[in-house]
Amino acid sequence: MESMLHITTLHYLVLGAALFLLGVIGVLTRRNVVIVLMSIELILNAVNLNLVAFSRIWGPVNGQVFAIFIITDAAAEAAVGLGILIAFFRNKETVNIDEVNLLKW
Amino acid sequence: MAPVATPFFFYLFAAIMLIGGILVITQKNAVHSALALIVLLLAQASIYLMLYAPFVAGAQIILYAGGIMVLFLFVIMLVSIERSMKERQFNSQWLVGIVAATALGGLFIAVYLKGKNIFPDHVLPVVENDNTQKVATLLYGQYMFAFEIASLLLLVAIIGAVVMAKKRI
Repeated sequence: MESMLHITTLHYLVLGAALFLLGVIGVLTRRNVVIVLMSIELILNAVNLNLVAFSRIWGPVNGQVFAIFIITDAAAEAAVGLGILIAFFRNKETVNIDEVNLLKW
Repeated sequence: MAPVATPFFFYLFAAIMLIGGILVITQKNAVHSALALIVLLLAQASIYLMLYAPFVAGAQIILYAGGIMVLFLFVIMLVSIERSMKERQFNSQWLVGIVAATALGGLFIAVYLKGKNIFPDHVLPVVENDNTQKVATLLYGQYMFAFEIASLLLLVAIIGAVVMAKKRI
């Protein structure tokens, strides 16, 4: 029980892994496109947590700079993804991923 | 300044993040999922503060919780959610997804059990007076090229989002 009271790096990594797992479950099992996009943001946040936890151990803050770049990239990707969602919704009037089957053989 | 009550705050914010994550992936209403994700992002900013990263915490609150999630809420309001709330929520291959996620979880557990003694045990507290200066020195010095590429990426994303959402090109 003492090992659980002293917060080491491993605690942050396990938390990041749990968030990553929740995001993967959300991407693989949900039908609503918006919730799938939000689960992708969950995955990116888990990676950010890992990076910042690692940059805490060593002196230089390279991990935090990488995390800032990932936040920037997540913003760009969310914007384009939601634009695609709006274009798709205008055509088919639904937000279910199962309906994206025009290229199905 | 010495850290106080670190385990209590860590477990509190970790519990908020995990409950928020479970709410994101299981809620029927997309607005509820977005609000749970906002709570998760704010708790994550607090964890960043515990990790002596105040600049990343500020960037997370301003950009992620205040920018990206507001964009998500706009789009959720635009697409109709009443009809999608009455349909099936989980797709037809949910069992395979759960099996794959369980395999990934087993892999994580195996890796973290095997390598749990790699990291140094006690880490000295870091002063955060000059964290922003250190981040800026790296961002505009060593990672200047990546910084310019990121601004170009944002320009491309703006143009792409506008073109994708226009009624007539």
